[in-house]
Amino acid sequence: MNIYYEGVLASMGINILLALSAYAILATDRLSLGNAGFMAIGAYLSSYLTVNLGWALFPALAAGALAAAAVGLLVGLPVLRLQGIYFVMGTLAFGEIVRTFFQNFEPTGGAYGMRGMFGASLAMIYAFVGGFLLLFLAYGRSRAGRASDAVRDDDEAARSIGINVVAVRLLSFAWGALIAGVAGALFAHYALYVESGNFNFLMSANAVLFVILGGVQTVWGAIIGAILFTLLPEGLRFLADWRMTAYGVILVTLMALRPEGILTRAMLKNLRRLYGRRP
Amino acid sequence: MSPLLELRGVSKRFGGVHAVDKVSFSIAPGELVGLIGPNGAGKTTAFNLVSGVHPLSGGEVFFLGERISGSSPTRIARRGIARTFQNIRLFRSLTVFEHVLVAQTCHASSMLAQFSPFASRAELERRRQAMETLAAVGLAQRHDELAVHLPYGGQRRLEIARALATAPKLLLLDEPAAGLNDTETEELRVMLDALRLRGYTILLVEHDMQLVMRLCSRILVLNFGKLIASGTPAEVRADRDVVDAYLGVES
Repeated sequence: MNIYYEGVLASMGINILLALSAYAILATDRLSLGNAGFMAIGAYLSSYLTVNLGWALFPALAAGALAAAAVGLLVGLPVLRLQGIYFVMGTLAFGEIVRTFFQNFEPTGGAYGMRGMFGASLAMIYAFVGGFLLLFLAYGRSRAGRASDAVRDDDEAARSIGINVVAVRLLSFAWGALIAGVAGALFAHYALYVESGNFNFLMSANAVLFVILGGVQTVWGAIIGAILFTLLPEGLRFLADWRMTAYGVILVTLMALRPEGILTRAMLKNLRRLYGRRP
Repeated sequence: MSPLLELRGVSKRFGGVHAVDKVSFSIAPGELVGLIGPNGAGKTTAFNLVSGVHPLSGGEVFFLGERISGSSPTRIARRGIARTFQNIRLFRSLTVFEHVLVAQTCHASSMLAQFSPFASRAELERRRQAMETLAAVGLAQRHDELAVHLPYGGQRRLEIARALATAPKLLLLDEPAAGLNDTETEELRVMLDALRLRGYTILLVEHDMQLVMRLCSRILVLNFGKLIASGTPAEVRADRDVVDAYLGVES
């Protein structure tokens, strides 16, 4: 495959994973701007294990993902007590703390970054995308998934029927952290080089942007958002210097026309009616 | 018979305002009790104190002999107190049927079963029960619609169905007749009467005086956060303080 197209497809796959990690948290009506921090934890820990300790890729990836989830639980416990904008600020601060930590942490290269990782392929990235998508779809059909929908729609009403709102939000936060950790480990072992600057605020913001533009009500929205908004800047390359300006204009226009995102649950329901009930 | 719910000197202050002021009353199993009072008397605040939405400023609440004041709304709901909301609070992305399913939190099922996408035999049984609950409030035909697409009266009834699905021992209904027309209010009365006959214990906050007088065996009257009267509909209607509270009194 052409190396350019392969690069675009790989970053699209990583972006889909990142969008899924943001979606897991947005699905409980909490907006995290710190997912790049979880991605950094997955990337650096797995890289240290493969490069410095000679681990195989999969155990290292699993360790990175579980470490990100564990940090998610620890951070989520206090941060999830915060409401609305304060939660957003808390996660933003967390992301920046992780980034500056790795900028100064010598064992993983500090400001020089890390190299020497290898072994992740395009197929591997999309296998994870497919696996996580299946898990999301299964979760959506389960009792736990429905309880999570209730928490997102109205947490006070959810409490009134005995749903443990804190537990739902905490588990979803850790689940989002785990997916970001996997994304980070794959990114590091595909890109062959990482530095703390990769995991900046813009990356966390993009993750949320994909989901909001694609639609927060269904997991398909996160996927469509990540695909379209990875391809769009590439498709706009003919505009040269005006590329990012045009990108911005398209984003604002889309937000104004479809504030609920491209895909909505009602739309999927209608599609299913249309195609599902044919003889 | 020992009371199901008991409030002992319950108070709630918001700043300098005594929204609920040393209120004590109890409810026996099987009773349908009305809680009335002029606007701002503290009725909804009293509900929020019982269901754990607000922490108490003073006093205690007991349910089945155990202290529940200080517990979280989730715990209190799981103990068997379900409520509806004055300003309807339905889940905008869930269908009518899903509202009832999601509220069946009383059914103990394993952690693994909670995350299973497949319908076990127990799950099919719960779905059957959910349809029964919907039938009890007359919404079985509309089970597949999004709840927000229901007409207003249907949304009020779905709130009750959702509360019933938690298998409550006590039902707190916050103005279920608000905004309903005469036909819908009559339907509601028949429905609540049927619930009473099935053995549900109900505490009803309501502005529709006729509805309360016809339904309730006992009525509590709040005014400025204080309990000013308690008795049968006839007693309450004849009470001097109650008449003054509703009509206003020159001091």
